[in-house]
Amino acid sequence: MLKKRIAASLVVKDGIVVQSINFRRYLPVGKPAIAIEFLNQWGIDEIILTDISATRNDQGPDFQMIKHASRKCFVPLTVGGGIKNTGQIKELMHCGADKISLNQAAIHQPELITQASRIFGNQCVIVSIDVIQNNNDYQVYDYLLQHPLNLSPVAFAKKVQDLGAGEILVNSVDRDGARQGFDIELYNRISEQVTIPVICCGGAKNANDFLEVFTRTKVSAASAANFFHFTEHSVNTTKANIFRNIPIRHETYADYEDNSFDEELRLKKKTDSTLEEMLFIRIEKEII
Amino acid sequence: MSYKQKIVIVDYGVGNTFSISNAISFLGYAKTKISDKEGIISEADVLILPGVGAFDEAVKNLRTRNLDNILNEQVIVRKKPILGICVGMQLMADGSEENGWHDGLNWIPGKVIKLQLPNLFAVPHVGWNNIKFIKNKPLFTRNNHDCHFYFDHSYWFDCDEKFISAWTDYGIKINAAVQRDNIFGVQFHPEKSQTSGLKLFRAFFNSIS
Repeated sequence: MLKKRIAASLVVKDGIVVQSINFRRYLPVGKPAIAIEFLNQWGIDEIILTDISATRNDQGPDFQMIKHASRKCFVPLTVGGGIKNTGQIKELMHCGADKISLNQAAIHQPELITQASRIFGNQCVIVSIDVIQNNNDYQVYDYLLQHPLNLSPVAFAKKVQDLGAGEILVNSVDRDGARQGFDIELYNRISEQVTIPVICCGGAKNANDFLEVFTRTKVSAASAANFFHFTEHSVNTTKANIFRNIPIRHETYADYEDNSFDEELRLKKKTDSTLEEMLFIRIEKEII
Repeated sequence: MSYKQKIVIVDYGVGNTFSISNAISFLGYAKTKISDKEGIISEADVLILPGVGAFDEAVKNLRTRNLDNILNEQVIVRKKPILGICVGMQLMADGSEENGWHDGLNWIPGKVIKLQLPNLFAVPHVGWNNIKFIKNKPLFTRNNHDCHFYFDHSYWFDCDEKFISAWTDYGIKINAAVQRDNIFGVQFHPEKSQTSGLKLFRAFFNSIS
């Protein structure tokens, strides 16, 4: 059985992973290579790296950065930002990317979706759509112009599916960094209308938000950025909570299945007697 | 266990060669090369045929670089072990119907066909799925039954049961791994399947003396 995926979004600005709030404010987090190495060890199902400065600075993808960052990435890596032609996609593949995501290009040169899926297969092409809420309706948002476009996200999603996109990543601008949970209404509208997998992103605060979006919508994957960065083993503990209700891949050596969590789903301290006993338990290292 | 094996990842332009070499280097095999040169391929102890992309594009690239003949010599005549990954595995079939019929390498009888799934199953089949082993030697000796691998494909290799070494359930039974003599193929991406994938590489290289 295919499992729902837990993805991590890395927003990269000028070579540094940043925390993004409403697509306007950015706080530095650290180096992409380190973030990827840790997320990978913690059992993330896939990583989506988006370079938000590439197109803005009128540059192509930062191949050296990707090459360096992908070295210890043993889960699928999607790279987006600044992609304008299939030559760049080929180069990204050689730098360790497994899939690419198109955002500005999907809006301004949709033929690239078709060209890319023809050469690399449609499973390789993700179209990333930024969506903002406007008078009870949704519109596609242009992050460069910082302005909504007169374009319905559902219609746009169907269009890019027909053009050859293999997956759609839908980012909610309103929920970005807001810790209010995923926009269920938005993801229902889109995932009901397309047959290709939909990845939702924006608003996750803890495992309950993942559970909600997986039970109430048909999305195939849910992604979070900020909240994975700031706690040790954030992915393992989140997955341990989701795994209790929904079948997901939960195979990390540290699985937190015996731990308890508080109402905010923060890890509770083990009892003193358990900690005492742990002094005498030999924890074997996993052998690969 | 030897880290001295000469591993060559066959480069034909469209594969994700760097990802695979990252995974293998992480395991400590220092003599890993990415190449399309006959001299280097013929000196290898073991070959990896990667794959991302469309079948016709892959086959075209393989033939333009004369790799079909070079690989036939190494794999069929000299019986060198080879592991095909994703499209690399599909290339081992008679052919594929992706973007019209295209002939493959003809190593394992069978056809690569479009995923025809019951309703509610999205194509491509993308994500983590658990697999069932039929033959756990040599690829799965270090993995547990029902472990997860990362799949990402719209077409699958339909072949005779005797060549299947593992399958996965996605509305239909999809062949996840095939083998015939010295030829091995996996539909999923071990280089992107975290620890499960690294264990598969380790098991495969260990099985080769």
